[in-house]
Amino acid sequence: MGDNEELYLSTENLAIGYDRNVKPLHDNINVGVYGGQLTCLLGPNGAGKSTLIKTLSGFQKPVSGDVWYGKDKIEHLSESQRAKKVSVVLTDRLEVQNLTVFELVALGRTPYTGFFGKLLKKDVELVHRAIDEVGLSGYAQKPIDKMSDGERQKAMIAKALVQETPFIILDEPAAFLDLPAKIEIMQLLRRLSREKNRGILLSTHDLEMALQIADKIWLIAQGRTLKEGIPEDLVLSNDFKCFFEREGIVFDNHTGAFKYHKIKQADVVLKGAGDAYVWVGRALNRLGFNPVHEGSDWKVEVSSNGTHQYHLFKSDQLLMQCYSIEELMKAVSNNLTISPKA
Amino acid sequence: MQGEVAKGRKSIAFVFLGILMLVLFVLNISLGSVYIPFNTVLKWMCGLAIDNEIWQNILLKSRLPQSITALLAGAGLAAGGLQMQTLFRNPLAGPSILGISSGAGLGVAIVVLLFGAVQGISLSALGWYGSLTITAAAFIGAIWVLFMVLFLARKLKNNAMLLIVGIMVGYASSAIVGLLQFISSKEDVQAFVVWGLGSFNNLSWDKHVIFIPMVMLGLLGSFFLIKPLNVLLLGENYAANLGLNIKRSRFSILIITGLLTATITAFCGPVAFLGLAVPHLSKGIFKTADHSVLIPAVMLFGGALALFCNLIARLPGFDGTLPINAVTSLIGAPIVISVILKRKNLTQ
Repeated sequence: MGDNEELYLSTENLAIGYDRNVKPLHDNINVGVYGGQLTCLLGPNGAGKSTLIKTLSGFQKPVSGDVWYGKDKIEHLSESQRAKKVSVVLTDRLEVQNLTVFELVALGRTPYTGFFGKLLKKDVELVHRAIDEVGLSGYAQKPIDKMSDGERQKAMIAKALVQETPFIILDEPAAFLDLPAKIEIMQLLRRLSREKNRGILLSTHDLEMALQIADKIWLIAQGRTLKEGIPEDLVLSNDFKCFFEREGIVFDNHTGAFKYHKIKQADVVLKGAGDAYVWVGRALNRLGFNPVHEGSDWKVEVSSNGTHQYHLFKSDQLLMQCYSIEELMKAVSNNLTISPKA
Repeated sequence: MQGEVAKGRKSIAFVFLGILMLVLFVLNISLGSVYIPFNTVLKWMCGLAIDNEIWQNILLKSRLPQSITALLAGAGLAAGGLQMQTLFRNPLAGPSILGISSGAGLGVAIVVLLFGAVQGISLSALGWYGSLTITAAAFIGAIWVLFMVLFLARKLKNNAMLLIVGIMVGYASSAIVGLLQFISSKEDVQAFVVWGLGSFNNLSWDKHVIFIPMVMLGLLGSFFLIKPLNVLLLGENYAANLGLNIKRSRFSILIITGLLTATITAFCGPVAFLGLAVPHLSKGIFKTADHSVLIPAVMLFGGALALFCNLIARLPGFDGTLPINAVTSLIGAPIVISVILKRKNLTQ
């Protein structure tokens, strides 16, 4: 990791912000993006993610400190040199009529084409290969204004690929996508970072996704020093808690997900196995009941033979037999008196 | 940046447009208020002598320069309009909408009317130098508005706002023109109003000495902007990331579009809608956003459409010629409305 200096984007005492005369949004940033790795810049809205992304991709000058692309300082590179170092996928919406996927991706070859931007045979091959690699085979002649957001995002990633840069920086690449498309894009990026040995940095506010997919996470929040680490370490060091918790929202270090504060209700013994067992447990949780292994008069048994039958007991007396979790929850709510635990 | 597919369709469209333009050019030379037999016209065009001196004069001194004017003006306005639409990322950008024609008009008004009123010189009477001054004034006026709109475009991200600003610039210019007319002599006002109606038949050969090279320069220059224009389709951020020097490219595009629209507006008057409508029609035919196809396409189409409009303006039965502005507006306005209807979110 990081043996090859060319494949290492790094910052040195970087301070970012819009105005040199006021206090920078963040300072003293010392982080790196490695080739072959997927790094997620994670933070709530308004934390300064976009500013950092813009500074790292060269759209905005640092307030102080430096950004290095391998051995080159960013400000020493000309526009055309920089175009061969870092490619970007931005949140800017494209509204171009008649622009086909092929034409869009081919624009990624701009730093390498001649004066009139004519594509050579090699360029055409690269473009087609990139279109295949992001999973848009057969879409080459489709106009981008007739594609879904997810497909368009894939085309933009293909554009970044043919730019043949060691680093790819993406600003909220999955922000507007529905969940399946989101997962698809993230998996694609992770695969590309491995297979193509690119250093990929993306910003997101989707914490759970980042936890599952990132090789490295940079945590950013207003008024805090940027934290860098692998997801698991950041969870155990309680950094996620510190960065994300707000009134009424708790980050659960055990599951790596958010929980909502609820009025705690009674304990319920839950017995059973399999998927149905898990989801009954979640349903109880959602309603504020606490599933336990023992120690309560109330018991729910999930039939383990896959027939979706649920039994509610009180002191080992069968009270009710239910055929859906909805029915069961109704029964539980009606029977268990709401008595805040001491 | 085009793919192999649909290349055949594009070649056919190019050949068709080329032939259409040629036919319209020949028709422009053959048809007119004075009947000249087609055989004679053909003979003349092949460089053979014809014995009727009046016919020869009409062909050489009236119809040929007029046809060339229409052809070049159409091609130039369309190329300028296409580049503005890409640069401003706005489908309704064009010389007349963004107030550039008004700027040119204001420049001309200041020179024609103010000179007349203050200095007592009538530029229209000064001949060659007079028309050169008018051109220069129109050019400066157009470039000034262009830069102002561009400056505002950086502040106003919303395209609809930018259009409104363009229209306001137009109103402001007309207001100043109105004030100038108030203090000017009747002859000067008349000269300005006639200029404002637009016409392709004001250019004699001595004006063509300036007009042809300037428009040709703008047309040729457009071909050198193909790559930056294509990259700018993605917006300035992506373009910068792809290694484009934004400031330089933007400047070059403005100079070329300014040269084209200002020169043509100066000589022909403000010709409405051609620069706006032709790029849309061409994009519809060629189904591409690639400027290496669109630049030559809009030039051919623009030339052809201008020749067609000129033909209608001179239809037999009209005494003299209709103002070209009326004809182009009749054809252009419906196109603009259809564009607005097709786009669901003009504000973005």
